[in-house]
Amino acid sequence: MDEKQLEAGFQAKVDAEQKIEPKDWMPADYRKNLVRQISQHAHSEIVGMLPEGNWITRAPNLRRKTVLLAKVQDEAGHGLYLYSAAESLGAARADLNDQLLTGKAKYSSIFNYPTLTWADIGAVGWLVDGAAIMNQVMLCRTSYGPYARAMVRICKEESFHQRQGYEIMCVLAKGTPEQREMAQDALDRWWWPSLMMFGPSDANSPHSAQSMKWKIKRQSNDELRQTFIDRTVPQADFLGLRIPDDKLKWNEATKHYDWGEIDWTEFNEILKGNGPCNKERLEARNKAHDEGRWVREAALAHAAKQAKKQAA
Amino acid sequence: MSNEKNETDFPLWEVFIQSKRGLDHKHVGSLHAADARMAIENARDVYTRRGEGNSIWVVLAEHLHASRPEDQGAFFDPADDKVYRHPTFYVMPEGVKHI
Ligand SMILES: [Fe+2]
Ligand SMILES: [Fe+2]
Repeated sequence: MDEKQLEAGFQAKVDAEQKIEPKDWMPADYRKNLVRQISQHAHSEIVGMLPEGNWITRAPNLRRKTVLLAKVQDEAGHGLYLYSAAESLGAARADLNDQLLTGKAKYSSIFNYPTLTWADIGAVGWLVDGAAIMNQVMLCRTSYGPYARAMVRICKEESFHQRQGYEIMCVLAKGTPEQREMAQDALDRWWWPSLMMFGPSDANSPHSAQSMKWKIKRQSNDELRQTFIDRTVPQADFLGLRIPDDKLKWNEATKHYDWGEIDWTEFNEILKGNGPCNKERLEARNKAHDEGRWVREAALAHAAKQAKKQAA
Repeated sequence: MSNEKNETDFPLWEVFIQSKRGLDHKHVGSLHAADARMAIENARDVYTRRGEGNSIWVVLAEHLHASRPEDQGAFFDPADDKVYRHPTFYVMPEGVKHI
């Protein structure tokens, strides 16, 4: 079969909602696109542990601390499910890791913002995990089998992440005036970055059309963003907090909220590496990697010694 | 070596989990580990954080062999035309029970 026929067969499978599996023939660009997207997603889970890890030792009580620890541990697991999916496409884990550590690979810009107060942990769980869930629920139906299966696993775990965040917000919003203020401040700072998580608007999203055709993506950035806003505004209302957008208003005709405009210059600056924490995040990952080297070497030495003993 | 940090991976292991006694072990994904024991412990932490596991199997990915999807048609062909392997192929007389 020539390339054209193979490609037609591949597209027919995708159109018929059949999953593509690791050993199936696939267009080189499909593979490349997926490795890029899945590894970026994996890196985001891993770097995403840092802003929250920042508060584990300072959580206000033991319950919150246990919960936050479990959440951060889940994110590590999510990173690993995703690396595993990327590796099924022939990528080497050491190379993916290397791309992250050397700053060549991207990860979600949201994790380049600092977590300044405890309320940020509430806002991150509620909004950042909330936005991630929207995207991940869509990806449960993505065309590449291992990616879809990783997403199903992840989505099962994510709902507690969002709930624990909203619970923190509830407590603060019903607390002392200072606590309310803290909650409002966190919402003020995290709202717009959370909306940016869905990526550029459809008009400026270069990979989108092809990704939709290959059914890697099933909904557009703008669609997902609008659904997120429609679901989240009533949750903010319930908290009695104000979303920092003067143009936000229910539109009875469209049955959606109208809202303001994203500051894409901020988004692009962070993408370029000039966000508040880009440097700190990469340094933290590199430090962990470098300080763990002797452990990896020792484990390999031990394994080699055991193998030799068994052979003897 | 291809990457800047000059590192190679621990070997890759495929992980199979039995969620409950009596069920099959099912493939859940892969992970890297220096040896089998580390692979099983890591598999516990990565794939069974919510009591999903009753038993774990790990096997070096390089030891796993698979059928080739490109000959899928011809390979599974022999099973296609043997309808007599299914119980519905046989006509049972009216009134006969428990068969
Ligand atoms: Fe996650
Ligand atoms: Fe999460």
